Amino acid sequence: MRKVGRKLALISSSLAFMFTFVACSSSTTSTTSPETTAAPSQAASAAAGTGGKAVGFIFVGAKDDYGYNQAAYIGSQAVEKAFPNLKVLRSENVPETAEAERVMEEMIRNGAKIIFPTSYGHLDPALNVAKRHPDVLFYHQGGLKTAENLGTYFGTIWEPVYLAGIAAGKMSKSGKLGYIVSVPIPQVLLNVNAFEMGAKSVNPSATTTVVFTGSWCDPAQQANAANSMIDQGIDVLSQHQDCTKTVIETAERRGALSVGYHAEASVLAPKGWITSSIWNWSDLYVDMVKTGVEGKFKGSKYDGKYRGQLKDNVVQLTSFGSQVPDDVKKLVDKSKAELVAGTLNPFNGPVKDQKGAVKIEAGAKLELDKLEATDYFVEGVIGSIPK
Amino acid sequence: MNGIDIGTGAIRAGTSVLYASLGELIAERAGVVNLGTEGCMLGGALGAFAVTVWSGNPWLGALAGGISGSVLALIHAFLVITRKANALASGLTVMFFAIGLTSFLGRGFVNKQIHGFEPISIPLLSKIPFLGPLLFQHDGLTYLSMLLVPTLWFLLFKTRLGVILRATGEREEVVYTYGFSPKWIRYGAVMAGGFLTGIGGAQLSTAYTHTWVENMTQGKGIVAVALVIFAAWKPARAMLGAYLFGGAQALQLVVQQQGYEISPFLLFMTPYVITLLALFLVARKQRSQMPEGLSKVFNGAGGG
Repeated sequence: MRKVGRKLALISSSLAFMFTFVACSSSTTSTTSPETTAAPSQAASAAAGTGGKAVGFIFVGAKDDYGYNQAAYIGSQAVEKAFPNLKVLRSENVPETAEAERVMEEMIRNGAKIIFPTSYGHLDPALNVAKRHPDVLFYHQGGLKTAENLGTYFGTIWEPVYLAGIAAGKMSKSGKLGYIVSVPIPQVLLNVNAFEMGAKSVNPSATTTVVFTGSWCDPAQQANAANSMIDQGIDVLSQHQDCTKTVIETAERRGALSVGYHAEASVLAPKGWITSSIWNWSDLYVDMVKTGVEGKFKGSKYDGKYRGQLKDNVVQLTSFGSQVPDDVKKLVDKSKAELVAGTLNPFNGPVKDQKGAVKIEAGAKLELDKLEATDYFVEGVIGSIPK
Repeated sequence: MNGIDIGTGAIRAGTSVLYASLGELIAERAGVVNLGTEGCMLGGALGAFAVTVWSGNPWLGALAGGISGSVLALIHAFLVITRKANALASGLTVMFFAIGLTSFLGRGFVNKQIHGFEPISIPLLSKIPFLGPLLFQHDGLTYLSMLLVPTLWFLLFKTRLGVILRATGEREEVVYTYGFSPKWIRYGAVMAGGFLTGIGGAQLSTAYTHTWVENMTQGKGIVAVALVIFAAWKPARAMLGAYLFGGAQALQLVVQQQGYEISPFLLFMTPYVITLLALFLVARKQRSQMPEGLSKVFNGAGGG
């Protein structure tokens, strides 16, 4: 019997240990080094992307997650509408593994000549499939690597996040803002920085406290984080998660304000909704498909790394919640006009990090490549980045 | 940093684990280890969420969550008690089966909105300094779990039913001699345990997060199994263990917010490390308190 106790304790602790690792590794971390992979060995007879019967979309999560995947799904609907002759093939919950390759191969067998792998981690599987099928065109979302027949595109979502920061900074009574984030990849850190800079531009003492959950979607951890932040006196919550519902609803229940991400979710927070940064992939997807089927991918702006901006309407700010006063709306609209016109650039130097070290020199102009390699928090952000 | 905040955080994050621990405790007291706890919890979370969406009544949802947990536990009970399958293998299989099944069945429920449990401030009591915010501003299922602990203690140690249940886990031949069927008592205990575990899942989906997403329990059911050992198969100590786990979750978030330069990835481990430490410190002592019948788990004959 004594032996048994030891065994049971051992088994339980090994399982607990297993989940420790799950808890620590449930993130898809990014590499930030841009590189171009080798071109496919054989030249295709026709231009990649032409002559297909279908367009394929693969999503890493569910299409109705009030988040990243929903935004991409809406874009796929626009493609469906714009190209009645093309069948739109969709696959949800496609993991970022070799499984993704299998799904893409299946789509190609079903006549797809253009495929949209929409998650960061779908890039390597897509590169493998792209090598095997030089006649198929791939548009990968959010990556930094390209190939002969694979272009990547994304949006400067930090622009609307900056604008949302202005609204949050104005609306907060305590001047303490909270940002619940997933994992420390440059995109996430950049958004936090943009939010804090927006808030600070209207309220110099505004701070943004950051909490990492270690996962793109863990509602229990998100609820813990939201509650904990509100307990500490934070009165506006924003987030960088794939599933955004829990944070918004928890804030609403506790009487805090919320700034959304990925999707318009004001219905979840009729009292506390401020605004949200969203993706508008529809027009972009349609234009990319058009470029592809016409055989004009080579040499087009999508042949490489394309970044849609606020001025291109690829990223947007949703309408404001009903309790947002007019002067705040006006302030945001003014900055929005300046961002679109290019007269306002929050990341023009000097930009200092949390310790006061200069990260972007005074007078240095905005460089998107540099922003996409952000590995620091700006002054006013409270929280530490896992190394 | 504020003690009340960490305390309330501990209760908020620990309640679902508490239900699962109490459920596992009942099953183990009757001599059956159910590593499928994680699966029962997930089943409960989805069952409760789905029924709350349909009925608009979270109490009906919680009931459905309990039943879902029970049904999954029944699979385990049948395999282990009737088919004499290895309890560890069966439990793990039930866990992975439930992870897959709930992901599949739950797809239509991702981000459905519900009117779930809301926090209820208890009049007068919630105004007591310190204790008020700590104990008396929670949702219905949390209050229920607090009442469940003494109730379960009373049932186990002060009633005839409790004696029979505990005897089944210790000396089933005695129970048999007295004219009871250890087999059916075990069935009852495993299913009752599954019911409570399912309510733990319900608390997570309908009270705490108001959300369903696949695999949302993230290992909490397994932690519950570990906590039962820490608890030496006693309800009050299971409560302590669950709140310790919840408290570690709350603490790591508060530490992150203070801006200390500690990697959040290290902090994520805190609740699990504390669970491991607790096991490390008490497991040796606890062995003498373990129901003897659990030994059968390890030779493949887990039931009466």
